[in-house]
Amino acid sequence: MLEVSVRHRLGRFMLDAAFSAPAPALVALFGTSGSGKTSVVNAVAGLLRPDAGRVVLDDEVLFDAARGIDVPAERRRLGYVFQDARLFPHLDVRGNLGYGLRRSRAPARIAFDDVVALLGLEALLARRPRGLSGGERQRVALGRALLAQPRLLLLDEPLASLDAARRDEVLPYLERLRDQWQLPMLYVSHQFDEVLRLATHLVLMEQGSVVAAGSLAEMALHPALGRLAGEAAVGAVLDSTVTAVDGDTGLASITAGSGSLRVPAGGLVPGAPVRLQLLARDVILATEPPHGLSVRNALVGTVTAMQAGSAHSQRVAVDVGGVTVLARVTSLAAAELQLAPGMPVWVLVKAVSLRAAAHGSGGPRP
Amino acid sequence: MFTDMEWQALQLSLAVATRSVLFSLPPAMAVAWVLARGRFTGRALLDAFVHLPLVLPPVAVGYLLLVLFGNRGPLGGWLLETFGIQLMFSRAGAALATAVMSFPLMVRAIRISLEHVDPGLEQAARTLGAGAFDRFRSVTLPLMLPGVLAGAVTAFAASLGEFGAVITFVSNIPGETRTLPLALYTALQMPGGEAVAARLAGLSFGLGLAGLALADLLARRVRALLGP
Repeated sequence: MLEVSVRHRLGRFMLDAAFSAPAPALVALFGTSGSGKTSVVNAVAGLLRPDAGRVVLDDEVLFDAARGIDVPAERRRLGYVFQDARLFPHLDVRGNLGYGLRRSRAPARIAFDDVVALLGLEALLARRPRGLSGGERQRVALGRALLAQPRLLLLDEPLASLDAARRDEVLPYLERLRDQWQLPMLYVSHQFDEVLRLATHLVLMEQGSVVAAGSLAEMALHPALGRLAGEAAVGAVLDSTVTAVDGDTGLASITAGSGSLRVPAGGLVPGAPVRLQLLARDVILATEPPHGLSVRNALVGTVTAMQAGSAHSQRVAVDVGGVTVLARVTSLAAAELQLAPGMPVWVLVKAVSLRAAAHGSGGPRP
Repeated sequence: MFTDMEWQALQLSLAVATRSVLFSLPPAMAVAWVLARGRFTGRALLDAFVHLPLVLPPVAVGYLLLVLFGNRGPLGGWLLETFGIQLMFSRAGAALATAVMSFPLMVRAIRISLEHVDPGLEQAARTLGAGAFDRFRSVTLPLMLPGVLAGAVTAFAASLGEFGAVITFVSNIPGETRTLPLALYTALQMPGGEAVAARLAGLSFGLGLAGLALADLLARRVRALLGP
């Protein structure tokens, strides 16, 4: 359990953020640049001393301004992966990895060889940081932080300085940490696709404040998300399981509320946990049972809420047997169909527009 | 090739310069640290004070040392009474005079290298469990080492050549305070001393070249060790 509430003035910028998150979880701090995400992480790490507030991790008070408690950063036992890696240039990769391990007073739960194997660092051990690529540097930085035996891993945009190929090189390792090692993580990002792939919980930040916090599925439906992530990224997120895979059609069936969705199977196996994003712009609503359409995914549901979206559009929330799906329709369509809360509708999703990614423990790794 | 007197001057110069560098290195590192990292009022004043020997006439520095560290001076008298250390007219005094004169050069070199050490690396060390002294020893010091070496070599070279402050504070005593430049000056004052003076000047020249070569070698070694 991580509880954070910090207030801090940085020049004209006022940070006033509070949230709590269960552990183990991957909590993503998401917001635009300059929203105070890094300051929050620094306050948790002990690198920034807030003017007021509290930081509590698993019942241990790390910081409490009112009670004068401020555990020094070097004794908080939190791993920190910086955006710019910050490897020690005078040490080789082995020396960098061992730096925190040698100083850890906790029993070594995370072993050197395991980290080297997990992050694929064997070939790099004797090399100096200056000769490494960006992706390799971040993997070494991740390994170094892990070997300090942290109770919580802090990651400040660890992929921001990498190109798409390098990001795809590091992302699977983060997924492994989350799923196989169950290591609690606090992850700063301004890339929603990263958040979507990694997070179990989401804290939305804007101008130094927390707008909302909760599970990723809850936050995906939050009105503020469109403003922070862009209207195109808005859509329900479903954590579900694969019920069947049909080899002939190349489609996998995934439970979605009271119904089921079929998506391109690509590597999915029955029983595997998956995460599915139903982008609001890809969802079509019908007031009658659909006939003669190529769309194969139709779920029956009830409109629960309507919000004004951007540019003459409406965001319509539909309950499909306990799961909420968002649809983006034009205001004109909403008026002509007389959409209103309580109304039964059919939710149509094109299978090809769905991207299902293996997610959660036990799933196949990319 | 060289006379006993010349060897004596050379050995004395090396001994004085070595002692000067060894004693001024720790305080120079501390002052460089404060100037590079400290945020306090009066920093500019300290900065100016440290740099004073660069702009004062060396003779004036020697005079100030005489006032402060002379046997009747406030500090010199205390040292003499308490520890029996006499700086005036002694080899230790010569080391003090050269140390004061070369101090700004040393502080400058160390400070510049310290300013190039990314505080982010120290933060990283902190999150990895390293306390303040541990961080300094394992991260900051190795990374500022090129500057420390450069500062030490420059100060050593400057100490070998210091004249004004030395002759004013500790006089020109053969075997005790007569370093190379003082011996060179003495030879020039004597009728027919030109040959001796030329040899001493050649010796200084060779010493300077050797020092530069050594400094370059050290810097390259350290760079290879640290990376860019």
